[in-house]
Amino acid sequence: MNLDGLLGPAGPEVSCEECFELLDQYVELELELADADADARLPGMREHFQGCPACREEHESLRELVSRGA
Amino acid sequence: MYVETYPRRRVPAGMTRSRDDSRDWIAELRAEGPERDTALADLHALLLRGARFELNRRRACLAPMAREELDDLALQAAHDAMVAILAKLDTFRGASRFTTWAYKFVLLEAAVKARRRAWQGREVVLAEPDLHAFADPARGSQEAVEDSELLRAIGAAVRDDLTPHQREVFCALALNGVPIDVLADRLRTTRGALYKTLHDARRRLRAALADAGYTTTSGGGP
Repeated sequence: MNLDGLLGPAGPEVSCEECFELLDQYVELELELADADADARLPGMREHFQGCPACREEHESLRELVSRGA
Repeated sequence: MYVETYPRRRVPAGMTRSRDDSRDWIAELRAEGPERDTALADLHALLLRGARFELNRRRACLAPMAREELDDLALQAAHDAMVAILAKLDTFRGASRFTTWAYKFVLLEAAVKARRRAWQGREVVLAEPDLHAFADPARGSQEAVEDSELLRAIGAAVRDDLTPHQREVFCALALNGVPIDVLADRLRTTRGALYKTLHDARRRLRAALADAGYTTTSGGGP
């Protein structure tokens, strides 16, 4: 059973406002470095995506759009 | 809704200059006269591309929707993102490329509008559903029993350990799948405020489950 969907991430996470503030930087770090490096530089983002479907969807969209070289 | 239009850029063939450098965008958007007009038109075109990309991704959730309505939603998203970007231009610090920074505004606007449109006329349920619907039918019999006990414990904690507001927000967002922007509209609040409530509710539930002897890593039993 996926408890994260119900109970959210167990670890610390950023807020929705902080997530939006850092999203562009996080996506470029993900695309330019390994994902783990992006998480080390901007901790709490991945955890927030686990708990917040809306921010997760917007992260996926921005990553896809930027990775296409748009 | 009023949507401002921006003139299409008219540049002779061979004269087009790409703005690879974020500083070019910022300088031209802060300039006066035709230079700014051109930058605004280019930014609007970029935002419209982003809005259409996002709405296309969500097309399945938006059907049936006439092409004109989809185009209008994209124009509204591009316009609202443009207003937000120009208001926040001074906050751009160059941590990413300007285009990546700008895209995040229009993806947010388009996503929020799409979620609202998809939920138009739908009831937002704040009551607690049957938690056993969350059980994974593919689990073995022993694990299914453990899941059932855990779900019963979560249900008890939802009823006993949350405030009425936390309970409504948790049930709507985490259990009933209401998009956070839709709930924010109905309750006249913001995404950030609702997520803070959800976060606090989840923390209380984890604490209550730990007190009852449950581990709250995925699949944790008593």
